[in-house]
Amino acid sequence: MSFLELHDVSKTYGEGPTEVRALSGVDLSVEAGELVAVMGASGSGKSTLLTIAGSLEQPTSGEVFVGRAALSGMSRNDQARLRRRAIGYVFQDYNLLAGLSAAENVALPLELDGLPTKKAQLAAMAALKELGLSDRASRFPDELSGGERQRVAIARAIVGDRHLLLADEPSGALDSVNGEAVMRLLVAACRHGVATVVVTHDAQLASWADRVVFLRDGRVVDQTSPSPGPESLLAPGPRG
Amino acid sequence: MLALLSEGPKYGLQLQQEFEAGTGEVWPLNVGQVYTTLQRLERDGSVKSDDQVEDSPQKRFRITVDGERSLAEWLRTPPDLSSPPRDELVIKIMVALKVPGVDVHDVIQAHRHYLVQLMQQWTRLKEDEGRFDLNFALVVDAELYRLDSVVRWLDAADGRLKRAALEPPATAPSAMPRPRRRVGVNR
Repeated sequence: MSFLELHDVSKTYGEGPTEVRALSGVDLSVEAGELVAVMGASGSGKSTLLTIAGSLEQPTSGEVFVGRAALSGMSRNDQARLRRRAIGYVFQDYNLLAGLSAAENVALPLELDGLPTKKAQLAAMAALKELGLSDRASRFPDELSGGERQRVAIARAIVGDRHLLLADEPSGALDSVNGEAVMRLLVAACRHGVATVVVTHDAQLASWADRVVFLRDGRVVDQTSPSPGPESLLAPGPRG
Repeated sequence: MLALLSEGPKYGLQLQQEFEAGTGEVWPLNVGQVYTTLQRLERDGSVKSDDQVEDSPQKRFRITVDGERSLAEWLRTPPDLSSPPRDELVIKIMVALKVPGVDVHDVIQAHRHYLVQLMQQWTRLKEDEGRFDLNFALVVDAELYRLDSVVRWLDAADGRLKRAALEPPATAPSAMPRPRRRVGVNR
């Protein structure tokens, strides 16, 4: 069942001579438990696609469904509630609040959604433990390494009962070892049934996805088949 | 072969099995190739075979002092990367520019699609097995970085061709004959 669907979504910024068409007639559906990478060059519209999928921006035309609910039919408050409860975001620059500890950062979306502080903290600690960060819970973002900060950001994105994870170049600022660790965490979240969209220009990052969608000048131009099997790579060669 | 023999004397079949295991079984090796290589190494004085035992059909090989010296030198000698290889993909993209009715960006995308799908297959192997076998993970990483570099070149070519289409060269090419260019680095 598709958890995220974009139907004929277009987005235009500006008017007249300054008009920029960021997306043109984009169709995309992402199943629960599926990791889809959207690959494209800078300016191809991939970040716009992500913000529209996450209801942070409205499309100029077309429709977005999250969990079968049309975003256009929701009030601003309902959209905000959906973002707090069902959607997790991971950004390249982590977007952690500097004045809050790791645990407080992770607990924040739950507290904003009305969960009592103690319950939110317990859920945050469980999410941090899952990502191997129990001993960093009381540290502030500037006391953490880049890899640890991104893991905290992922914990914040998956805490609670999130069904959709949206990531914008999630390992872009990290070295290859930490970048791989981040992708393994996103894959693990997917395997727990979370629909995940990663936008990136990086083929190594995209290669972790079940399906790669290619965006060019705001249009989906191509996509790879779902989950190609790796067996053919290890076919035995000629032997004597 | 010399690296495997530096651990101690071994039989040819054993060398073949250890080579394949050591490369995560990604590079299969013909047993005939093993014996051809051992014969050459023996002729060069890098390995020595034991006197054959009458009831054993196989010969055992050991590394010599010369072989250890060759191994140490080989490990530190960079492979020759100073001249670009004649790359079929580069040629295809350049040819696509010349063929009427062909959109070079579509040709680039066709190759990008193939490479990314191949990378997905390699990454899936790493996801399944990589963290348990160091040699295998190293080989898979090498393949992923190699394919990634080709995708990056395609991305760069895509961008360069788009810019070139928007900004055609302002000056006419010189009437002077152009010298033949040789690309490469002197070492």
